[in-house]
Amino acid sequence: MINFNSLNIETVSMGIGVILFVLGVWGIVSQKNIIKIIISFTIVDTSIHLILVSIGYIRGKSAPIIDAAINKENAANEVVDPLPQALVLTAIVIGLGITALMLSYALRMYKENKSLDINKFKALKW
Amino acid sequence: MIRNSFLILLLAGLGWILFQEFDSFKGSDQLNPVAEYYATQGPQEVGAANLVTSVVVTYRGLDTLGEVTILFLTAAIVGLLFKRESNSETEDIYGTSEILLTAGKILVPMLILVGVYIFINGHLTPGGGFQGGAVLASAFVLAALTFSGTTVKHRVLEIVESFSGISFVLLGILGVVLAGGFLDNKIFSLGTFGHLFSAGAIPIIYSLVGLKVGSELSNIVLVMKSSEKGGDHD
Repeated sequence: MINFNSLNIETVSMGIGVILFVLGVWGIVSQKNIIKIIISFTIVDTSIHLILVSIGYIRGKSAPIIDAAINKENAANEVVDPLPQALVLTAIVIGLGITALMLSYALRMYKENKSLDINKFKALKW
Repeated sequence: MIRNSFLILLLAGLGWILFQEFDSFKGSDQLNPVAEYYATQGPQEVGAANLVTSVVVTYRGLDTLGEVTILFLTAAIVGLLFKRESNSETEDIYGTSEILLTAGKILVPMLILVGVYIFINGHLTPGGGFQGGAVLASAFVLAALTFSGTTVKHRVLEIVESFSGISFVLLGILGVVLAGGFLDNKIFSLGTFGHLFSAGAIPIIYSLVGLKVGSELSNIVLVMKSSEKGGDHD
């Protein structure tokens, strides 16, 4: 169970990520408006970024940029994991592309049917 | 009703799976071996002060190339979905408000400057091609929203985009010929650690990525905007 005395920043960020993930999936499954479904997708996207970054966090270490504050020789003991941050950078851009595609597709669907209600689109239902 | 119970069951199951993950998550005090390699060998091998940049551009440069390709694909599909209204420039009835006009005049040049600064210094400070490109694109979108008469030419955006994409791939191939492998940054000298002209090809590659991302993002938004003008009543 959660011990509130040992709450630290990576646990909090991980917890928020998990909650946002479930909330986003709820939105995707339950909402009727296509725009709201797309917003739910972006919420799931953001929650995954939070979870990834919190996995790469090392307690008490600083950002992986070597400057006056961080000794170049001792860098391995002073920085957090740079790899998840690079992956999140990738994921943000891919998420943007997916969102742009979904939005343009939604606009196209609206022009065809004059409606954004997901129940009005029966072409792929069986 | 049965639909709702399925929904609750799904969310409860998902929540249970994720809670297990959350509950067993301990955080860490020590870098794992891969990250330790990046942190200790990265400054000598790549010469970039920003370790995230050295991972994004050099160690996993192929991922970045694929990512840029995905962005290009997105821009192409969005352009395909919205047929471009080439010469039906209907003027806005309300015109641009005074606040937006003044803010646009001040902000657009500054945003362009900040964007260029962010992607040129991507190997030294937080930031890089993607972030700088996004700032650049916001400048262009603000300009397109504010000065409705002067739109950015799609042709120019396409030329910038293709030029930077091709140069990115060519620099990667140059790495095979002159240095250790595809997208190796040692085709230029590594320079002094922590200076602007250091880290070999990283500033050049990241500037190209910044230009490409900026032109693609503004292309996506501008295509959507131009289709909104005359597309609804056909």
